[in-house]
Amino acid sequence: MGHHLDALVDAAATGDGISLDGLSVVHGDDGFRLETPESTLKGLTEGGLREALTDYDDYATNWYFWSEVVGESSPQRRAFLRWVEGAPVDSGGDDGGDGDDGDNDGFGDDGDAASVPERYDALRDAFSREWGQLLVTVTVDDHGERSYELRHADEADADRDDLDPYHEPLAARQLATYDEKGRYRPLKTGNNLAGGWVFPDLDARDLVETVETFYPASVPNWYRERRGELDVAHWKDAIGRQTGMYSVVKTWNRGDGHEHVNWVAETCCDDSQCVKRREWQYDDETDLDVDGGDGAFPCREPCSLVIAASRKWTRLEGEGTQTYEFELTPSEKEQVEDIIEAVADDRTDDIREADVYEGANRYRARFLRAKLFDDEGNLGGVPTDAPDDE
Amino acid sequence: MQALVIVAHGSHLNPDSSAPTYDHADTVREVGAFDEVRTGFWKEEPSIREVLRTVEADEVYVVPLFISEGYFTEQVIPRELRLEGWDVADWDSDGLSASHVTLTATDVPEKTIHYCGPVGTHAAMTDVLVRRAETVTGDPNVGEGFGLAVVGHGTERNENSAKAIEYHADRIREMDRFDEVQALYMDEEPEVDDVTDYFDSEDVVVVPLFIADGFHTQEDIPEDMGLTDDYRTGYDVPAEVDGHRLWYAGAVGTEGLMADVVLERAADAGADIGNSLEVVRERTRKTPQEAN
Repeated sequence: MGHHLDALVDAAATGDGISLDGLSVVHGDDGFRLETPESTLKGLTEGGLREALTDYDDYATNWYFWSEVVGESSPQRRAFLRWVEGAPVDSGGDDGGDGDDGDNDGFGDDGDAASVPERYDALRDAFSREWGQLLVTVTVDDHGERSYELRHADEADADRDDLDPYHEPLAARQLATYDEKGRYRPLKTGNNLAGGWVFPDLDARDLVETVETFYPASVPNWYRERRGELDVAHWKDAIGRQTGMYSVVKTWNRGDGHEHVNWVAETCCDDSQCVKRREWQYDDETDLDVDGGDGAFPCREPCSLVIAASRKWTRLEGEGTQTYEFELTPSEKEQVEDIIEAVADDRTDDIREADVYEGANRYRARFLRAKLFDDEGNLGGVPTDAPDDE
Repeated sequence: MQALVIVAHGSHLNPDSSAPTYDHADTVREVGAFDEVRTGFWKEEPSIREVLRTVEADEVYVVPLFISEGYFTEQVIPRELRLEGWDVADWDSDGLSASHVTLTATDVPEKTIHYCGPVGTHAAMTDVLVRRAETVTGDPNVGEGFGLAVVGHGTERNENSAKAIEYHADRIREMDRFDEVQALYMDEEPEVDDVTDYFDSEDVVVVPLFIADGFHTQEDIPEDMGLTDDYRTGYDVPAEVDGHRLWYAGAVGTEGLMADVVLERAADAGADIGNSLEVVRERTRKTPQEAN
């Protein structure tokens, strides 16, 4: 190796020299000046600089990786890759904490970021970050080259050989299409990503492509948020721009209440359902009362699933209530509640066939139907629509 | 740097909806005509709203994978892309002739966005319908002794939808390749239900002008034509119906050559695609080349 030194010396000799992550090399009338947090060396010849840099090889390979391998053609890709390994993002310092709280002070804040040698020590052991249900693990070799492994976060401790290996970023498309039970996933950020796979050895560019295939636009939105430029569209704005079959959702907003949107957010946007962190609220001035979650990357507006479901709820919630009269035993009332809970939490497949102690057990539900439904399927034999009284 | 962005409808219920979009994006990606190829969806992700921010290149060609000009190409997509100063009049279209406009988008103000007309109305789409007939019959010279039906939605929601069907049916007729060519509709006369009434030819290839397979192409049309009583049990290709052999092709949008139309749209808007068209036309052919 050593081509990183050639590139570094070339770059240092031109213009303003180089400066990154504590390493600075500039060329002046009295030769090269090499500065690191540990020491400063002045008046170096090119040979002297090369010799001196051998003591600071981590700094040199770090500069090479960020300047020549990653480059600056895509600021968002660069920022994400730096975040992945706990490096200060852009010129500022990221505190390295998971679960960004939406506080956008990551730029221009030096903080107490690890030095390059400290970061390299961590990277040699492998350094991991979670991104939704993904686990990114980065390692660095003796030449400063990074290698990225990507797998399901729930399989952090799985033996790599037990997972199916993939190498092409677009392979993630198929892996993201079906859940563990083979059902179509309509929402890429749904909290139901299936496991069993690993991308064992991605380079920097392919890592970001793969992450973006699993979670499209997650990196650009995260990046915009960090810069304080995320264009959040709150419920009222997002609903307001709908046309055609979705324009009806506007009519769901009546008066000042936003309780219905609380229900929508609790239903769809909870961390148990979606790994994005909901940043949109009812409107600019009215926050929703439910938590937006702890996701690593933000959700900037109600997604198409939320809007499609809200169209149905707008219709349903337009109905007035009616009083129905039928009798249930206390256990039957609780069983109805159990069934709703089981469906809402997607647990019905987990209830064993003979587990008649579970209210949402299939035989228990069949018994309830046999006992309480009439031939038309009416609960308690009570018709849904009241007969005309005329 | 130039990027291709294919935008399509997608589905919350059915993975087959976006499958052709991904397939054609992959074909274009492999031919290397663009530095980047991205996809965006109305119902899937990235949303059309966010797709431009996933692009690195500064010249962006957006091609809608839709059959006709109408609500999506004129209202939804320009709005969601945040095209600045979009005016449908700039397309100066008679319902079939939208080619492209060049605008900026407020989401990515530093980029130039070339917003193209839908694939379904491009002249090259006619060749895809014919290619689809070749694929489903396994005969690269199919035509003589065959009728061809092009099936569309009809005008229920959009009058331009029927225009596109007529346009391609006329063009195929002018090729003088098939014995008979007929446009048929799902919700108006002449109806696809009566397909056998409209043909004298014993063999009829039926190609729906739809982007993706779904409810209409996999359930409605096969049952309406009498290919099967229950779509779930499937159907034969060809299937015998009223003394005819119906070669039902499924959605034309799943044909590999659709990637060619995507490229044509971008090229019409100024994209530099080199010899990609020739490469794609050959690579996507599934029937044996005719002997010269």
